[in-house]
Amino acid sequence: MDTATKSSDHAHAPINKNLTPEAKIQLLRDMLRVRRFEQQALKQYNGGKMGGFLHLYIGQESVAVGTCSLMGDDDHVITAYRCHGHSLAVGMTMNECMAELYGKATGCSKGKGGSMHFFAPDKNYWGGHGIVGGQTPLGLGLAYGLKYKGLKGAALCFLGDGAVNQGCFYESLNMAALFDLPVIYIIENNGYSMGTSLQRSSVVKDCLAQRGEAFCVEWAQANGEDIYEVRAVTQRAIERAHKESKPTILEFDTYRYYGHSVADAKHKGGYRSEEEIDAYKRDHDPIQLFKKRLLEERVITEAQFDEISDASKAEAEASAQFAEESPLPSETSIFEDVYYEVDRQTEAGRTGKHFFND
Amino acid sequence: MPLIEYRDALNQAFAEEIERDPNVVLMGEEVAQYDGAYKVTKGLWKKFGDKRVVDTPISEAAFIGMGIGASMLGLRPVMELMFWSFATVTWDQIVNNAGQIRYMSGGLINCPIVIRGPANGGTNVGATHSHTPENMLASVPGLKVVSAATAYDAKGLMKTAIRDNDPVMFMENTLLYGEKGEVPEEEYLIPLGKADIKREGRDITLIAHGRAALTALRAAELLAAEHDISAEVIDLRSIRPLDEEAILASVRKTHRAVLVDENKPFCGVSAQIASMLQEKCFDDLDAPVLRVTALDAPAIYSPRIEPKQLPNPQDVIRKALSIC
Repeated sequence: MDTATKSSDHAHAPINKNLTPEAKIQLLRDMLRVRRFEQQALKQYNGGKMGGFLHLYIGQESVAVGTCSLMGDDDHVITAYRCHGHSLAVGMTMNECMAELYGKATGCSKGKGGSMHFFAPDKNYWGGHGIVGGQTPLGLGLAYGLKYKGLKGAALCFLGDGAVNQGCFYESLNMAALFDLPVIYIIENNGYSMGTSLQRSSVVKDCLAQRGEAFCVEWAQANGEDIYEVRAVTQRAIERAHKESKPTILEFDTYRYYGHSVADAKHKGGYRSEEEIDAYKRDHDPIQLFKKRLLEERVITEAQFDEISDASKAEAEASAQFAEESPLPSETSIFEDVYYEVDRQTEAGRTGKHFFND
Repeated sequence: MPLIEYRDALNQAFAEEIERDPNVVLMGEEVAQYDGAYKVTKGLWKKFGDKRVVDTPISEAAFIGMGIGASMLGLRPVMELMFWSFATVTWDQIVNNAGQIRYMSGGLINCPIVIRGPANGGTNVGATHSHTPENMLASVPGLKVVSAATAYDAKGLMKTAIRDNDPVMFMENTLLYGEKGEVPEEEYLIPLGKADIKREGRDITLIAHGRAALTALRAAELLAAEHDISAEVIDLRSIRPLDEEAILASVRKTHRAVLVDENKPFCGVSAQIASMLQEKCFDDLDAPVLRVTALDAPAIYSPRIEPKQLPNPQDVIRKALSIC
């Protein structure tokens, strides 16, 4: 166990102390891009531009940005349905993400996945998964594949505090430890599995990562609002994965400002109080905290912050424009991307009937 | 041609594909050191070692999901479910992850996995171990479903399934593992999506897959010997993709069809084919399309009674005679 203490200053952790001013500003920019993107997405969702669910990540940006900033060539990421932050953090463009929300052909999944299903395997990013906890065995498989191929990498598999109660997560933990697989399960604990607070969903209230002890998996619990802390704690897990091929569970305490999804009207004054939400926004906002930090470090000025924020906002607005102007998928594309062999019209793809409408 | 057991034909397919492609890895409960619950993987761990033949804990959801995740990175895992009945505990992984990830990623990710194991009743192991989920799996676009009736088919189809770049659900049968059949020594592949005419005939077409194809063959022999009826037997071999052309061509020739299916009747594989026949060769039919399926209740345990729940040659003959 290497539980991080909130009092220690993670700015001096090895992974942070040599960060250049540019790299620090980039972390800030990446968090601001996630937030401005999602604010734009919310605006357009409310304007009727998209369907389905929209699970916003706003408030949690430091976790995705901090962890993904550590990815090397053979480190991979997979996450659940609240995936916009991770998608942008691994380097996907706002355009392809916004267009996917609009259900357009230019979306990252050609309009076939939607909000919960963004993918970019060229960036070692494997989604974007809708079923709670269903991605945890896939993360295990990514780690298995890395080890099988003899690569020194890690699979960062994100899940929420609700997903820790799914059975396949425990099966995966057992196998991760049994097979010495370099998977890092990162629990983003925002306190609520949809409308059910952690108090009502977990018998142990103050720590979820500790459940790893049952499987001899190392774990750490840390403050997710401090991006320096996120990076410091995650780096130790990545090193364990790379050097020892061992799994880790990390739990970051974090908070979402919006509901489980945009359709969740009860989040404010229902299952949680307005005072609670306001307190997080006021005292625990990861962007404001890091901004304050960088002002103190004299890495940025207020004017620079505003400039980055405005640029992110403009980029998000432009992505909405891009999505708006993009073509819809064709109806014939419904039958594309179902089977590899059919798409490529290989001999296998030309043999037999694959679709049964007529 | 050597006469070998169905299980050994599969075993040969695994050994050959492990040797051929370094990304092929066998995984499942008891597949390595125990030699497989039904000895299908016998000797492979000894021959190929820990890296290529891997015992997993009894955690179907996690190990099937692990195989899917590894396949996304380019491995070709061949995953054993000790019984296909256990697919129920890993349904999310098979249906949502293997079945949908290519589509939902707009074709960016593919999943070249084989999930295999026995899917049959008739062994007195009760309803929980006797499911035949090929119809359920074939109803998921994105999955492919294969069912082998003979040793020859098992080997040729398995080798193709392993090389296929889509997820293939491979249905075997514990009642067939010990059945011997001719398997050539030289390499061969059987394409998915091609049915096999296991017996040619003029008067009626019997359409089946898996062990039911053997039931149909036995019925055809008796129909010829005792009733002078020439029955053609089509073994689907591959359920999705389906060889529609072969089915239609045969029924257009014989004008009659009885479908033999160890699935339960409601939305069984044969229901799909019956629908296809009435739609596409209505004018060629001289009689209604009939079905012989498993009796529509959970699989009964009682050893003397259970055989009556599955299609047998006499059921097929009775239906055939009713329309010939």
